[in-house]
Amino acid sequence: MSEYTTVFGAIDAYAKGGVSVIADSPKNYLFSNMFEVAATSRPYERVVVAKNFEYVIEVARADGESPWYSCAHDEFAVCLDHEVEVHLVKLDDPDSVVDPESEGARELPDLPAGRKMGRIVLRRGHMALLPVGAAYRFAASRPATLMIQTIDGPVSVHKWASICQS
Amino acid sequence: MAMSEDVAPTRPANPRGLPLQSGFAVEPADNRTGYRTFRAGSFGFRRDGYFAHITWPNGRHQLAVDVFLRALMRDVAWGFFYGTVNFDTVFGTTNYYGEVEMFAGATNESFIKAGTAFIERFKSDELMRIFKEMIGDWTNQGYDPFAAPMETGAPWGSKNGDNDSAVGRKRVTAKRMVGLPGDTPVRTDASGYPVNRMFADVTQDTPEVHAEPGFEHEVSAFNLFAYLSRSDVTWNPSVCSVVKESLFCPTSEEFILPVEHGNDRPEWFVQLSDEIIWTTKDRDTGAFRAQVVCKAGDVCVMPADVRHQGFSDKRSMLLVWENGSPKIPALIREGKAPNVPVTF
Repeated sequence: MSEYTTVFGAIDAYAKGGVSVIADSPKNYLFSNMFEVAATSRPYERVVVAKNFEYVIEVARADGESPWYSCAHDEFAVCLDHEVEVHLVKLDDPDSVVDPESEGARELPDLPAGRKMGRIVLRRGHMALLPVGAAYRFAASRPATLMIQTIDGPVSVHKWASICQS
Repeated sequence: MAMSEDVAPTRPANPRGLPLQSGFAVEPADNRTGYRTFRAGSFGFRRDGYFAHITWPNGRHQLAVDVFLRALMRDVAWGFFYGTVNFDTVFGTTNYYGEVEMFAGATNESFIKAGTAFIERFKSDELMRIFKEMIGDWTNQGYDPFAAPMETGAPWGSKNGDNDSAVGRKRVTAKRMVGLPGDTPVRTDASGYPVNRMFADVTQDTPEVHAEPGFEHEVSAFNLFAYLSRSDVTWNPSVCSVVKESLFCPTSEEFILPVEHGNDRPEWFVQLSDEIIWTTKDRDTGAFRAQVVCKAGDVCVMPADVRHQGFSDKRSMLLVWENGSPKIPALIREGKAPNVPVTF
């Protein structure tokens, strides 16, 4: 038995820290908690929790089956708590699905033509590549928390006032 | 995330209009302590059993040598990093990406008010050469300035061997994602990365990857938490995934961030496990601004006008998120880089 216990959070079990100011405003630190964001968002609402110029980190509540997404650049997804499955399809003509100059993920109305690439089962701490030129979909049998490294785009949701300490 | 000391996308900014210093010297080993002394411009560096001594015209300062070596190690490993690296409240460096300022008191309100702050400017590669020689000579056998204090030997006393393999570690930088073919490999016992004692309970399972034939190179995943549980260094972010210039730079943290980092741009922290307490101070004066407690799942940004220092008792996993865009130094020079990335 280890002398130490590593503390991770989960959508259904987390503790939150916070900002104590001496001579500052808490708003300057854009402090939020990913599990709280996932717990209080709609399934697959891709909420931006961090932004650095055009780049963002999104948090999504994985719950049931997501829409299909595609993107003109790589993205990465990290499972932060419970099991999430990722399904990947190589698009036959990715440029006709997503403008190759565009940034951020696009939600697709239907799955375009392509070949099945495979699937990945993610558990806590696992990171998956969501490769350029592919379409992807998530599936989770119970609510889980996903963190996505991407660029600000049409599916990115900004609701800073409701997620950040003020 | 480390900066390359060679990065100079355009002519470096020089807001103080300082001339470049070119005088460097490495003196023979001292007969009593066995350590070499160093000179860069008008700054002199000497170590003895317990302390690093820094001198400049009409001024002197001393730091406990463990504090100095841990800070120097990060400044070297990070290529002077982004913005200002305060070794303590007096001494540090500010990166202008190709050139660097070394200062005594320039970010300390007392020195500034008294008009006694001293600053000189160097070509980054030339000062880096001296810093690398210094960390090599002043680090004794058995002491690793990258390691947590409970995991390494003591730095004290006279010269006693060296630890070049520790101070010469290469920073890990994945090109796309850890574990992809041809990219940075995952860490294993066999590759010399055992699980850290404080992460013995971290699950070492691997994602289930079911790739169709022909897609094995792109259907890929790895266990990031297991990867971090095997980090052999502290407070030393390494790149694990890349979206253009967006760099996920996770790291494992124990004890104290060895520098007060005054970034010149906002810097995001995503707490992946356990807890870190951050103290923030005014970047330019050192006046206290806030305390930020980050627990697992918490996200926060360090504004560009603060310096920050983290404290982590239990070894923790932290995702440092950086934007490595070469456009940013120019935006900083033009005052177009915001202190806080979002207002609401």
